[in-house]
Amino acid sequence: MNEPILELEGLTKVYPGGLKALDSVDLTIRKGEIFALLGPNGAGKTTLIGAVCGLVRPTSGTMHAFGHDLSTDWRKARARIGLVPQELSTDMFEPVHRAVSYSRGLFGLAPDPKRIEEILRSLSLWDKKDERIMALSGGMKRRVLIAKALAHEPDLLFLDEPTAGVDVELRKGMWAIIDEMRERGVTVILTTHYIEEAEEMADRVGIIRQGKLIMVDEKDAMMARLGRTEAHISLANPITALPASLSQYPVEIEEGGTSLCYRGGDGTGRGKAEVADITKALLAEGIDYTGIDVRESSLEDIFVSLLGEEEPA
Amino acid sequence: MISWRSTWSIYTRELMRFLRTAFQSVLAPVLTTSLYFIVFGAAIGGRMPDLGGVDYGAFIIPGLLMLTLLGETTSNSSFGIYMPRFTGTIYELLSAPVGVAETLIGFVGAAMTKSLILAAIILVTARLFVDYSIAHPLLAMLYIMLVAAAFSLFGFILGIWADNFEKLGIIPMLFLTPLTFLGGTFYSIDMLPKPWDTIALANPIVYLVSGLRWTFYGSSDVNIWVSFGITLAFLAACTAVIAYIFKTGWRLRA
Ligand SMILES: Nc1ncnc2c1ncn2[C@@H]1O[C@H](COP(=O)(O)OP(=O)(O)OP(=O)(O)O)[C@@H](O)[C@H]1O
Ligand SMILES: [Mg+2]
Repeated sequence: MNEPILELEGLTKVYPGGLKALDSVDLTIRKGEIFALLGPNGAGKTTLIGAVCGLVRPTSGTMHAFGHDLSTDWRKARARIGLVPQELSTDMFEPVHRAVSYSRGLFGLAPDPKRIEEILRSLSLWDKKDERIMALSGGMKRRVLIAKALAHEPDLLFLDEPTAGVDVELRKGMWAIIDEMRERGVTVILTTHYIEEAEEMADRVGIIRQGKLIMVDEKDAMMARLGRTEAHISLANPITALPASLSQYPVEIEEGGTSLCYRGGDGTGRGKAEVADITKALLAEGIDYTGIDVRESSLEDIFVSLLGEEEPA
Repeated sequence: MISWRSTWSIYTRELMRFLRTAFQSVLAPVLTTSLYFIVFGAAIGGRMPDLGGVDYGAFIIPGLLMLTLLGETTSNSSFGIYMPRFTGTIYELLSAPVGVAETLIGFVGAAMTKSLILAAIILVTARLFVDYSIAHPLLAMLYIMLVAAAFSLFGFILGIWADNFEKLGIIPMLFLTPLTFLGGTFYSIDMLPKPWDTIALANPIVYLVSGLRWTFYGSSDVNIWVSFGITLAFLAACTAVIAYIFKTGWRLRA
């Protein structure tokens, strides 16, 4: 597999006041991957990003980016890292073009109007380039922040909730931007509350809760391991007992015998196949049905059930 | 090791911020200088004897310059760092590959440039009221930039220390303005009755005003080298404090 680009070991952050926002996080990010960090409010996502980007002082643990130790060799590492913060914070009086050019200069790169134009165009900001940022809509402001983060051509990009407050169309646009990053070989770490987004974009997903990284896996593997198929089969006539031919499947009688419920599979399609087998078995038994409702669980369901398991009773 | 491109970016952006409000930046010093001249120069000055061979109207110019310079430089740079903290835009500076050197040279360099613009405006305005000439113009420039550097660093510390708007305003109001007024802006220290002339020497601003006055008229209350020395010492102390703040990340990094 690809070389590691970011390595966190035992990363812990205790805020003054005692809140443990990161609890011994170990994480390795590989070059070129899109990694989604999922977690509820206050899980520690922004804190984790802040620690890598120099906004938060870790309490303990080590961080390496591009092989540089971030506690000593931070200059070299940070020159290659871009950050789009969660909050819309930028100098509102500045014109778009100047704000983006400033970011490039701040990171030590020579001016390159061509490159800036390219970035602004790719984010549909070119015709707003002379506009002051406060005159832009929320979604446009977020894209300005993305443009600022891309201005120094980072190899590792942090997107802290890039699609918060962005409409559906723009969200699709954001995905396209991330796809473009992927093609260019930029490694992207994003946080999101929209599971759909992680499912759509990410190669790997990490689930964080109360400062602990409780699961990290390939998105597909996670789906396969935790994915479920749920099927409800409405019966024409109520039954009282399951026929023996169905005993091998995870099926239960529901709603006073008028419905059968299947919960099983693994996110790789086995569930659907079993449901098909079950319907055949029902026909063979002479049990008639009036409807079938099959649903594959999403990452969202996995997420919710995982968090549910963790919930202290 | 230090990135000059980053430094230049910070410097030009700070100047832009200043020029964006060019109207206020020019109008405010013109207005206050004029007011002081009307009140002190014309109304009172007519009844004052020459001080050390200098006409009273001309005598107060270095003091007025220092008064405006200290106030503007301190508030400008304290806002310059406080606002990004307050609005969160400081994330960019903190995440950039820049250290204390780039940040300080950028911010302080901009403050020094602004101070020269400000001084020029005040001197031109003063010219409308009194005739004067500057004995050591180059030294005067150097001294103004030195004081601007020191107080922009002081403002920087203030802007990092303050965690609300009240605190931001209180130090200039409680200390800077009174000390400047008592610092020989409008009078010579030896005009004070004993023991106040000695007590006044405990006020650091006395040395700043006196130093600038020396570069203007070649004579002053205290030795020019003492003034230079105290300004440099203040500059060094502020630099040390800021280097420490950046090293520990106090109030900058969570
Ligand atoms: N500067 C700070 N001082 C003290 N506590 C903080 C600070 N910043 C964050 N916290 C706390 O640390 C915890 C993690 O916060 P963090 O912002 O990392 O969460 P998050 O996962 O990004 O949440 P969200 O999805 O809402 O953005 C929270 O309980 C938060 O209150
Ligand atoms: Mg967050």
